[in-house]
Amino acid sequence: MRARGLTKQVDTGRNRLTILQDVSLEIAPSEAVAILGASGSGKTTLLGLLAGLDTPTAGDVILDGVDLAWLDEDGRAALRRKLVGFVFQSFQLLPALTALENVMLPLELDGAPDARESATALLARVGLAERLDHYPRQLSGGEQQRVAIARAFAGTPRLLFADEPTGNLDSATGDEVIHLMFDLNREQRTTLLLVTHDERLAARCGRRLRLAAGRMVDG
Amino acid sequence: MAEAAAQPAPLSAAQRAAAARELSWRRALALSARLLGRDWRAGELRVLAVGLIVAVASLTTVAFFADRVKQALSAEANQLLGADLMLISDRPIAPSFAERARELGLATVDLVRFPSMTVAGESTVLTEIKAVGPGYPLKGRIAIRTEAQAEPVRPQGIPEPGTVWVDDRLLGRLSVAIGDALRVGERRFRIAAEVVEDPETSVGFLNLGPRLTLNLADLPSTGLIAVGSRVSYRLGVAGAPGAVAAFRAQAQRGIGPGQRVEDVRDARPEIRSALERAERFLGLSALLSVMLAAVAVALAARRYLRRHLDGVAIMRCLGASQGLILRLHVAQFVVLGVLASALGCVLGVAGQSVLAALLMPLVGVALPLPGWMPVLQGFTAGFVLLLGFALPPIVALRRVPTLRVLRRDLGLPDSAGWAGYAVGVAALGGLLLWEAQDARTGWYVLGGAVGTMAALALVTLALLRLATWSGRRAPFAWRFGLANLRRRRFSTVTQVVALGVGIMALVLLTLVRSDLLANWRQSLPADAPNRFLVNIQPDQVEPLRAFFAEHGFAAPQMFPMVRGRLVAINGRPVSSLDYSEDRAKRLIDREFNLSWAARPQVDNVIVAGRWWTPAQPDAPKFSVDDGSFSVEDGIAQTLGIRMHDRLTYEIAGRRLEGTVSSLRKVEWDSFRVNFFVVTPPGMLQGYPVSYVTSFHLPVERGALMDRLVQGFPNVLVIDVASVLAQVQRIMDQLAKAVEFVFLFGLLAGLVVLFAAISATHDERVFDAAILRTVGATGRQMLSAQAAEFLAIGALAGLLASIGATLLGYVLATRVLNVPYALDPWVWLAGLAGGTGGVLLAGLAGTRRILRTPPMEIFRTL
Repeated sequence: MRARGLTKQVDTGRNRLTILQDVSLEIAPSEAVAILGASGSGKTTLLGLLAGLDTPTAGDVILDGVDLAWLDEDGRAALRRKLVGFVFQSFQLLPALTALENVMLPLELDGAPDARESATALLARVGLAERLDHYPRQLSGGEQQRVAIARAFAGTPRLLFADEPTGNLDSATGDEVIHLMFDLNREQRTTLLLVTHDERLAARCGRRLRLAAGRMVDG
Repeated sequence: MAEAAAQPAPLSAAQRAAAARELSWRRALALSARLLGRDWRAGELRVLAVGLIVAVASLTTVAFFADRVKQALSAEANQLLGADLMLISDRPIAPSFAERARELGLATVDLVRFPSMTVAGESTVLTEIKAVGPGYPLKGRIAIRTEAQAEPVRPQGIPEPGTVWVDDRLLGRLSVAIGDALRVGERRFRIAAEVVEDPETSVGFLNLGPRLTLNLADLPSTGLIAVGSRVSYRLGVAGAPGAVAAFRAQAQRGIGPGQRVEDVRDARPEIRSALERAERFLGLSALLSVMLAAVAVALAARRYLRRHLDGVAIMRCLGASQGLILRLHVAQFVVLGVLASALGCVLGVAGQSVLAALLMPLVGVALPLPGWMPVLQGFTAGFVLLLGFALPPIVALRRVPTLRVLRRDLGLPDSAGWAGYAVGVAALGGLLLWEAQDARTGWYVLGGAVGTMAALALVTLALLRLATWSGRRAPFAWRFGLANLRRRRFSTVTQVVALGVGIMALVLLTLVRSDLLANWRQSLPADAPNRFLVNIQPDQVEPLRAFFAEHGFAAPQMFPMVRGRLVAINGRPVSSLDYSEDRAKRLIDREFNLSWAARPQVDNVIVAGRWWTPAQPDAPKFSVDDGSFSVEDGIAQTLGIRMHDRLTYEIAGRRLEGTVSSLRKVEWDSFRVNFFVVTPPGMLQGYPVSYVTSFHLPVERGALMDRLVQGFPNVLVIDVASVLAQVQRIMDQLAKAVEFVFLFGLLAGLVVLFAAISATHDERVFDAAILRTVGATGRQMLSAQAAEFLAIGALAGLLASIGATLLGYVLATRVLNVPYALDPWVWLAGLAGGTGGVLLAGLAGTRRILRTPPMEIFRTL
């Protein structure tokens, strides 16, 4: 993955606000990289741009040799389906689906024939074999995040984006979840891009990049 | 840098490969069926589905029933006439018609039908007399039971001279048996057989009285055919279709006024029109349910959209294309539409059988099984509603920004607002116009509905603004509640409109309906005349007065009656061909009853012109040089007669001319004697006249009539008590059927209320969590919520009461023609019921939130 001169500006009515200014970075396959920064430093915006969830005002993102700027919404969606998994701070599980169905969803969207089996195995892997038919609201925060991690790995992604994955969890639960995520990351040889303000979490990554006021300050 | 420029080619290949791997329609359908199942289980679709099911069920109930009645009518019609074609006349038919028919190779039969009294011992009964010639019936089956033969058999020929066949009703009413004697007019007959089956009675709708069949050769000896008798002469023909058609064409050219040709299609217009009217009424009720259901579906679809924003964003994030999102949701809704419509149709089949059972006595025929057309109607309605109201939000779902997974505040695609509903309203309008059979009714309903909703929306917006201005100094709860309503302006307006429509339907269906029915019934007082005496000859007027005095009755007013036909208006000859309306055609073909009077009757109101005054104050003579007519307003409108028009009547071969000097409104259902056309006294002098009167006969004096008929055998006693009771029964049966269909309306109204309350539930939950977090007490939160619901409920209730009152007024004055009294209960029920109901239902829904810790709420959001 390579990003070059990424800039994001938004109009706030009267003036333009620059959230991200000329950010460039490169991540090698199987590398684990943490992006650190205070609130409002532009971390989440950067993640959104790198994952193709948002479009930059200037600059390019190249994922797996494909320039995102050349793709339309659907093209980026197709690329995500093939390459990318996500873990979010607020879990983003669908409330109407059970744990199992949440994990099955990316597989079903891809038309995988063995969605149920794969999802069941993954949930067992994250220690939720007993909670397959529970709805998100019946699960604790840590459990919800484990479901989210299982969902992220369900499509065997080459690239995993994690946005403050422990932000909503206490530190003990957070540690468990992080453990799990790094284990799976190693097993599947996934490239990991982690956005956090937690130094302990960042320390587990091979490389740390730091953002302040929308600029890369070291890395 | 150079790489970037070189990349397009491999990139679009990757894109193509990715696109090729997108789910096919078939697999998308399978997936969406699963998603649908999951959404259903999670309770996301219930309101939507119930709204759809109610709409489809109420439409198909009525459609299935109407279909069965139509089938029954066309199947039965073949039997109804007793012939392929019938020439019907109010005077003897020239023999040339029968001769022409025989030349064409057709069989013919002569019939004469008229009502008269039959007498046996002390009993007299008004009977439908049918005098038949040899060959009767040409078509259809007749079966009789004789003294010798207890089992019904097909008779050989017609009644022997001196004998009659009667039906079981006459046997019962006269307390006689086969073999006994009875008297018809001046002639005694022996009852030779009981008619068990008769082609002309197979549809029992509004069959007035018992029937008697006699030989045509015996008719003159009864002495019943006289001036003023209501006699119908008939010539039936049957044979090869080509010959029948040829006869029809020739007969139609040869007939004069008062004569018509009927075939099976024209048979029994009174059944057809009565049932069509009932059908239209039922159809309107069904449309009401559909409209209410549409509101519920619209609300539910909007809520569905809001709750699926996150899911769609996640799916986009997981790599679903916009097209796939659209396909998945459309497929999901198509599956939902099929299931809901199918279930609605099943309920419709069940509902129509209830309807058929309720109306069976009215229809009087076994109904055939319903056809498949109503299923098509049901599915169309289901899909129009679903796609009209749900498709715009679904299309909008496609555009949910993917970034919502990171930033939840990226909200609703904006086309989910008014523009989205425009598509739905257009779809609903199309559906209403299609279902309403005639465009005018459809436009009325649609205009009324859209107008009501628009008025509700505008008033709500205005009041919200007013509340902002006036609520600044209100206590916290009230201020916060009102602020919330303003902040969610779109939701608030939607909610008030939906609640208003729902409450209005409920108030209309309960209070206003019973008021209208009660008013309708009160229009017939207990001492309303229940007997008419017709065909009183001039020389019988005085003896009849004496008869009444002798038996302690105040002599009723006798009205002179002269039968004449309208032949010209302003010198221009009129014919039934000049009119398109059936009623107008019949009025022209038929003889009118004309009368004269010095003063208008008490229940007549002059609406144009002036009633005549005597030429000299003390003389009962009127100037007749320039004749005057006072014409009933309704018939004047039907026939296009205006004030000062010159009318020409033909009475017994002579012409009578006069000018329309006044128009009157008449209360026909007062059951008093009334006339379409009245002249000043003297103008009708010298024309053949008979007299008619009506009076109230108490039940215990029933024997008096038998004595009257024995003393005045030619006088026809029409027992309108039974007609009155029959009208009442028909009204009751129709009302039952309509009430049954209204049940769907009630159900739809409740679904709307539920959908409206739950429409803002999620926002309320979120607000409550935030309030809790910043330290609001349960009491404060409850008060704020209560203030909101109170305001919404009171507003919706008030507007609904106004709407229900206006609609009730329109129904009373335009449809039922009964006076409309303002019922304070409507206002009280609308306002109190609306406020209380919304408050209770709303708080019940949000009470649980108060007990839930905010973190739990945030976690589920």
